Amino acid sequence: MEQILEYSPILIQGTITTIELTLASAVLALIISFVVGLARFSSLRIVRVAAIVYLEFFRGTSAIVQMFFMFYVLPLFGVTFPPLLAGILACGLNLGSYGSEVVRSAVLSVSKGQHEAALALNYTNYQRFRYVLIPQAIPVMIPTFGNLLIELLKLTAVASLITISDLTFMSQIIRVQTALTLEPFLVILVIYFIISSVLVWFTKLVERKFSKGRHTITAKEG
Amino acid sequence: MEKIIEFQNVSKSFGDLQVLKNLDMHVNKGEKIALIGPSGSGKTTILRILMTLETIDSGHVVINEDYLWHQQTGSGLVAASEKHLHQMRENVGMVFQQFNLFPHLDAITNIVEPQVLVKGTDRVDATVKAQKLLALVGLEEKAKHYPHELSGGQQQRVAIARALALEPKIMLFDEVTSALDPELVDEVLNVLRVLAADTDTTMLTVTHEMNFAREFADRVLFFDKGQIVESGHPEKIFTTPEEPRTRNFLKKFIKDIA
Ligand SMILES: Nc1ncnc2c1ncn2[C@@H]1O[C@H](COP(=O)(O)OP(=O)(O)O)[C@@H](O)[C@H]1O
Ligand SMILES: [Mg+2]
Repeated sequence: MEQILEYSPILIQGTITTIELTLASAVLALIISFVVGLARFSSLRIVRVAAIVYLEFFRGTSAIVQMFFMFYVLPLFGVTFPPLLAGILACGLNLGSYGSEVVRSAVLSVSKGQHEAALALNYTNYQRFRYVLIPQAIPVMIPTFGNLLIELLKLTAVASLITISDLTFMSQIIRVQTALTLEPFLVILVIYFIISSVLVWFTKLVERKFSKGRHTITAKEG
Repeated sequence: MEKIIEFQNVSKSFGDLQVLKNLDMHVNKGEKIALIGPSGSGKTTILRILMTLETIDSGHVVINEDYLWHQQTGSGLVAASEKHLHQMRENVGMVFQQFNLFPHLDAITNIVEPQVLVKGTDRVDATVKAQKLLALVGLEEKAKHYPHELSGGQQQRVAIARALALEPKIMLFDEVTSALDPELVDEVLNVLRVLAADTDTTMLTVTHEMNFAREFADRVLFFDKGQIVESGHPEKIFTTPEEPRTRNFLKKFIKDIA
């Protein structure tokens, strides 16, 4: 174990990289989730179809392959990303597909009466989504987004395969250099667990903030 | 008298079920109308068509001398665009059986936000108006309460205030007390009584509260199977209805009917 301690600088560096990768992809995934999830309600068919194609492609194919594609294949066509950016794009695009379904179904869960009230008050389509449906859908999304965030953290481990020096990558280095197997992996498991606990705590915090002063969809209809 | 609403030969079906059959009716400006009739006779559908929540299959609906579901173009009448519907909706407000307040906004914001968004009213002015309306419905102390913190009767009164805030020329009330516990019915009906007496807004109310309909309405329309069976002054309808179907229906509510 003492041997591992000598490697703490690169473990810390790996932890930072993992957190960066997770947070940056989370922001990207969140933006994509809303854009694609709401595009499903567009009155333009082409927009809806584009959203479905995106969803089915990124949800239906392997995240690892997507990452390899982004890092190894795109350069063949002259598009080269630095590894971290490729990792962020792959993780964000992948998780965004799941997130878009969370947004869509949360918006759909808002009752018909709310749609009708907005229409009766002569809200425009945009106002109906912006001021009535989305605010009520957000508290519904948060717990599921929290789960996706943990999925995302775990997904980032794959990024070590495209040379990103995240936590998993660093554990491999330690294993090779020290010939130890149990210790480096045990240490990173604990670190992953700590990070995910923080993310869970953060989700709960956000959840509480958004449920303040109101009952969400579960409040009885009428 | 000036007509504000007109149904001209309107038909409407849901699948195989024809809900409105060649319906002709009109409402005059400022009139208070009570729509009564058995469940499933199409009363709600009429209000929903006026609120553009339901389309029509054939015929025409006229509001304020303008077609609701059609618009005039060079080549004749065509189906109304969303823009036209948006303009027409300005004339009409609706209060629902299930209140449908916005649960994420407190009572006063429920009344302020539509004014700001739809009418472009300044937020300060909108708030002043919302406070007046809350006072009108007897809820000035509940301004900061969220819908789930209010009783059904209170929620419905906020919903009425919210609809009034946009000053529609026509107000539609669809069984606004039938989701309420019996002891809360009167507080809502009293608000409607005050409105009926104090405003020249045209009001259409679907109700099963016959005593209320009798005081409130200038004219009662009795519906059955998507058609108007009988219409007239409440005293006439409730004491000496002409049609057997009306009499049969009213027997359930009023004992001493002719
Ligand atoms: N969206 C709908 N789809 C199918 N049937 C409907 C729909 N809305 C109303 N109906 C039917 O149309 C009939 C008339 O309904 P409604 O106008 O609500 O009657 P009322 O308000 O007089 O009770 C009822 O039989 C009802 O079940
Ligand atoms: Mg009804």
